Parts: sequence; structure tokens; C-alpha cells
Amino acid sequence: MPRIRSAGAAASGKRAGNALSYLVLGVWAVIVLVPLYLMIVNSFKPTSEIFLSPFSVSKAPIFDGFRMVFEEGNFLVYLFNSVFITVLSIVGVMILAALASYALVYWDVRLARAISVFFLLGLMIPMRIASINLIIMLKGLGLLDKLLGLLPIYLAMGMPMGIMILTEYFRTIPRELVQAAHIDGAGSFRIFWAVMLPLARPAMATVAIFNLVNIWNDLWFPLILIRSESQRTLMLGVTRLFGQFQTDWTSVLATLTLATVPILILYLVLSRQFIEGLTAGAVKE
Amino acid sequence: MTHASDKPGTARRSYWGVGIYRRPSWFLYILPALAVYVAFMAFPLLASLKLSFYTGNGFRLDTFVGFDNYKKLFSDVDIAPRFWGAFGNTWIFFAVHMLVQNSLGLMFALMLSNKRLRGVGFFRTVIFIPATLAIVVTGFLWKLMLDPNFGPVNLLLERIGLRALALPWLGLEETTLPIISLVSSWQWVGIPTMIFTAALQSIPEDYFEAAQIDGASGWQVIKLIKLPILVPMMGVVGILTFTGNFNAFDVVYAMAGANGAPNYSADILGTYFYRTGIAGKHPVGIPDMGLGAAIATITFVTLLAGVLAMRRLTASRK
Repeated sequence: MPRIRSAGAAASGKRAGNALSYLVLGVWAVIVLVPLYLMIVNSFKPTSEIFLSPFSVSKAPIFDGFRMVFEEGNFLVYLFNSVFITVLSIVGVMILAALASYALVYWDVRLARAISVFFLLGLMIPMRIASINLIIMLKGLGLLDKLLGLLPIYLAMGMPMGIMILTEYFRTIPRELVQAAHIDGAGSFRIFWAVMLPLARPAMATVAIFNLVNIWNDLWFPLILIRSESQRTLMLGVTRLFGQFQTDWTSVLATLTLATVPILILYLVLSRQFIEGLTAGAVKE
Repeated sequence: MTHASDKPGTARRSYWGVGIYRRPSWFLYILPALAVYVAFMAFPLLASLKLSFYTGNGFRLDTFVGFDNYKKLFSDVDIAPRFWGAFGNTWIFFAVHMLVQNSLGLMFALMLSNKRLRGVGFFRTVIFIPATLAIVVTGFLWKLMLDPNFGPVNLLLERIGLRALALPWLGLEETTLPIISLVSSWQWVGIPTMIFTAALQSIPEDYFEAAQIDGASGWQVIKLIKLPILVPMMGVVGILTFTGNFNAFDVVYAMAGANGAPNYSADILGTYFYRTGIAGKHPVGIPDMGLGAAIATITFVTLLAGVLAMRRLTASRK
């Protein structure tokens, strides 16, 4: 416990400190919110109006940008692909990580501990370093330029964090509970399914959100693995549309707005879980 | 480990049935996760490291060349300047994050930990918003903001009489990389903020009560109670920033293209790796995968060395 001596003119100093905090945080809030405000507001204006008065809300909003995105670009294809691969990967990561974590917590042999460490090593290593060989592997498997080729990569990528979060959570579940279920005659899978999984819901939510943001926003792997229009994910599509529309700011901003708003709304609804999920890895280290 | 005390002793084993904790069948639960992880992460990683010693045509890397790829990166007349440029720029990118992103994060966390401040929830939510955006979207959005002709940033600067500052921020060699680093810091400042906030929340309430009784000033509370708890967290944040930055790609790709334009001034290891090992040089478009693997390996070794060094640094301070 640190020792504190000397009093001071604490009260007045604190009030000044508060004012400074409001100022700094307020300015930062403006710096964060204004670009997003401009993105959304200007996606409803014709380009000429954007250049003349970017800061105001348009009195006569137009939807040309959005129409353009849906009609000229394959936006719906990108959107569908992203939803599909993201949902599939998240469900896969949750199932595989939960099964493995369950065993890693209860299987009491040295090998299990070694495997835990092996998984945790993955937290340190960015998967992109493996890119060259992944391309060659996927080509060999016939999965290059296929949306589904992303699935095993996202599963592998989600494993270290998923297993870390879930093993930590399973360790907090009292063993007596598991033993009681065992006495009642439940097998290890019944115990997993009926006892562990329902209890682990908050941790599963953390895993889901962490992967949702990472996979939904991923550009790298679609960029290096996918070329065909029909297989593109949303972020890869956004880079294409950004180039295609270029000087047509209305459409460009409509594209960015459409790509951002779904996650943004989800974040505003579940902000506590998002913050927990995205900082989980670091805090629990 | 943590549950050493309730390890299955002989007394407990009778509850569970003999040796259930040691049944080999547990392995079946681990197998699917392990298989995917080994096949698509561990193996390709090691194989990519190995490929850095090979060369060949396109996807077939079949000629062993020893350290030739590395020699090229370090000393080839055409290649070495690009590699060293990207390497150095990545360090600059990292330095800006440490300086701006993490200092801001620390400051925000200290401010948000003040219990008499109102609107803490609002500020916290706002500070974290950019971290949920896709990096490309952030990059594109700021590219438009900073557009030299129509961007709102320069428009604003002109309107408030700072026309001299209305520069083509992403067109000058001196400003491009710092600006991109700042945009990236804008995006990720929420992460250190939340890590530091979590650490501050772990301080027992009675520390502050005791400090209050002793009449400590706000600054003394920060210096004597809060900072000592934050220092080990700075190590964690530093490591996280380091791995994140040495792995960065998207933000430069979005704002300065795959070449890190103008004149490679914003080229970092991520974009250089992409150009060399995956996309291939314009206009030929044939990647040199062996050379790419060497860049990845160097990135990997740098990461490893950096993480170990920072661990040691923060460990010795504890």
C-alpha cells in the first residue's frame, strides 16, 4: 500500500482537472463522431452539394448513391457472402473451441497441458505470416478463389483466442457441479452439453463477438485468396467499389455507410460485450 | 496450475468413477480443434518459414537456394532499398502508435476512472467506436476526409484561416506515413484505453479512501496508486501494439495503395510483403513467393524478438 503524505489544495485542483477532462474527452468525441457523421450525412447528397457544404444535413436527401451500390455494384452478393462465411466460421469456432476447452480443463494428463500451451502460442503469432504456404495449400485443395476456402483459415485463426477465453471460463465452474451430474449418470458429453455449455453462455458471447468483428472486417485473406466477383466478401467488395466509383462521392460514401452501419448498430446495442470481447485477449494475458 | 488444490485426489476419484479425469477418450474432444489449428496455422506457418530458403516459378518453389532470398533483401541493389525502407517505415508506424495512441489511451483511462466525472459511459462508447470499424473502411473514409480538393479537413482549415495548413496530406512524402499512423491510432486508441481502464478498476476502493483521509491530491493519487498498477499493463499494451503494427497492412493499402505512395514513403512490411510475395510487381504481376516468405520470416523473427525483449523489460520493472 503506497504511503501518501502531505495534504494540498486538493478540492480546487480536482475541479480544474474535471473541466480539463471534459474538454479533452469532448474534443476527442468530436474527432471520432464527425467523420462518421459526414460519411452518413453526405451519402444522401449529390456530389456537388457534398463539395459545397459537407457539414450540413441535406434538406432534399437523395438515394442515388445507395441505388447505385445495389444496382451497379454486386453489393448484395458481397453482403451475402460475408454473412455466410462469418456465421459459418463463428459457429464452427464456438463448437470446436468449446469441445476442446472442456477436455483441456478436465483431462488431467500432462499432454493436455502441453496442448493448451500449444494453442496459446497462436495468440502471439499473426496468421498472415503463413500466407504464402496457405495460398499453395488452398490451391492444392481446389479451394483457391472459393469463399469456402476462407472457412478453415478463420477456424484456425479463431482457435487460440476461443480456447483461451473458454478454458478460463470453464475453470471457474465449480467441479462439484460436474461431479453431481456424473453421479446422476450423465456421460461426459451429456455433462458438456447440458451443464457446461449453458453456463458458458457469456464466454461464448465474448468468443462470438471477437470473431464477428475480426472476420467481418477482414480484408487480407479475401484479398490474397479470392478473385472472382461471385466469391468476394464485403470488405473486398468495398475496395472494388471504392475504385469503381472514385470521384462519385455519393456512391462511395453510400458504400462505406452500408459496410459500417450493421456492425455499428450492433455495437451500440451491445457495447459492453463488444468492449469486453475485443479487449479480452489483452486483459487476460 | 490455478486449480492445483482441487486436482482429482483419491478422495474425489470415487465420486467420478475411477480415473475418469485420465481417460484417453478426452482427446476426441480436442481432436477437431487441434486438427484445424495444426493443418491451417501451425503447419503453414512452419512451411512458409521453410519456403524462404527456396525459389521457383509461381506456385512451385522447388529450388533450394539457401540464404539467397535473405541476401537479396539485405543487399540487392534494387530490392534492398525497398526492404529497408519498408522495415524502417514500420518502426516509424509503431513509434507513432506508442507515442500517440498509447499516451492518449493512458490519459483517457485516467480521466474515465474519475468517479465524479459524468458521461463516462458515453465517452467510453465513443472512444471505442472506431475499433469496431473495418480498417479498410476507416482508411477510405479518412482518405476522403483528407482529399486535397474536396476533403472536409482542408475545407475546415481554410475556413478558419489556416489555408497554409491545407496541405495535400496524402500526397507529400513527409506527411503520408505520419498521417496514416495517426488515422490508425484514431482507430485503435480504444483498446489501450479499455486495458488501462480494466486495470484501474481492479484497484481496491479502500486505497482511494485511505488516500482521501490522508488528504492526497488528485495528482498524488495518480502517481502513487494508479501508475504503479498501470506500469505492468503498459508492457501488455506495448506488446499488443508491436504485434499489431508489424502485422499491419489494410490501413496503408486503403490510404496509400499497395505501393505506399508517394514514392514508397508509406510502404511498410505488410504492403511490401503483399507486393512481393502475393500480388507481384506491377506490371508483370508474377509474385516471387520465396522472397515473400523471407519477408514473412523476418517479420516473424522481429515480432518474436520484440515480444521477448518487451517481456523482459516489463518483467524486470515489476
